[in-house]
Amino acid sequence: MRVRLLLATLLALFAVPITAQDRLPPAPYAYQQLRDPAQEAKAKALMETLRCLVCQGQSIADSDAPLAGDMRHEVRTKIAAGESPDAIRKWLVARYGNWVTYDPPLDAATALLWFGPLLFLALGGWLAFGRFRRGGTDGESEI
Amino acid sequence: MKKSWVLFVPLAIMGLLFGAFIYRLTVPAETLIQSQWINKPMPLFDLPPATAGVEGLKSSQLADGKPRLVNVFASWCIPCRAEAPQLEALKAAGVPIDGIAIRDRPDDVAAFLRENGNPFDRIGSDQQSSVQIALGSSGVPETFLIDGKGIIREQIQGVILAEQVPEIIAKLEAMK
Repeated sequence: MRVRLLLATLLALFAVPITAQDRLPPAPYAYQQLRDPAQEAKAKALMETLRCLVCQGQSIADSDAPLAGDMRHEVRTKIAAGESPDAIRKWLVARYGNWVTYDPPLDAATALLWFGPLLFLALGGWLAFGRFRRGGTDGESEI
Repeated sequence: MKKSWVLFVPLAIMGLLFGAFIYRLTVPAETLIQSQWINKPMPLFDLPPATAGVEGLKSSQLADGKPRLVNVFASWCIPCRAEAPQLEALKAAGVPIDGIAIRDRPDDVAAFLRENGNPFDRIGSDQQSSVQIALGSSGVPETFLIDGKGIIREQIQGVILAEQVPEIIAKLEAMK
């Protein structure tokens, strides 16, 4: 049983990264820019905010993983076909979840990131206000 | 004086934060990205044959009333070889299996099937991973459980293990 578990763990480790072992050349638009500079600029900006699924700290614009190359091809093809960057991002989020975007939307999971600073500012203001109102002597004797 | 414990609150908070950082540094977050494209219809595609002698794969063929597996694999993927016996066992149990070969060449696929057997009814060639991306799949091997209406019901990431085989047969049976 323990051997099996070990084997399963090993196999699971192997399954995740797709290392560049395939023998196909990169997709046409993996390393080639679009002809139209305006479209390429849109595609580039979008690709820099999409997360590579294989080398997970990088954007697909930075990654040399084959899947990232294929995702760039996908993005550039869709841009060339006239799709908006927003629609493409939504298309990918529908498949990979918010994980795939470096520009996560405001929802329950990210609310604290957006409102946290305001919350802490309010808290700090409240504390400071309390101390000033009590006056110097009272406040200092207490702490 | 009675409020002196309050002084330790910031230290305690710092301690907790520090602990959380140490924990995440030593136990990295789960990095398996699951597909969100579940309980949704198969994306539309029409893939050419991946090798001579085996039919290609169209999304419309996946809604013929029979629950089935769609296995995303590649000849260059070493774990896919380890998965072959389990796919054979599923095939032997009467489970229809279709394949999608990722970034693969016909000769390589033929060699892979020769060495590991061919459990696939059809194999589509996805040379630019476009169907893989449309499925929300992030690696090979992955296996999707499809019901008779062509709706994706479940994604299995990584190699199917021998003990998962009966479970998969039961799940597909339940979809009938």
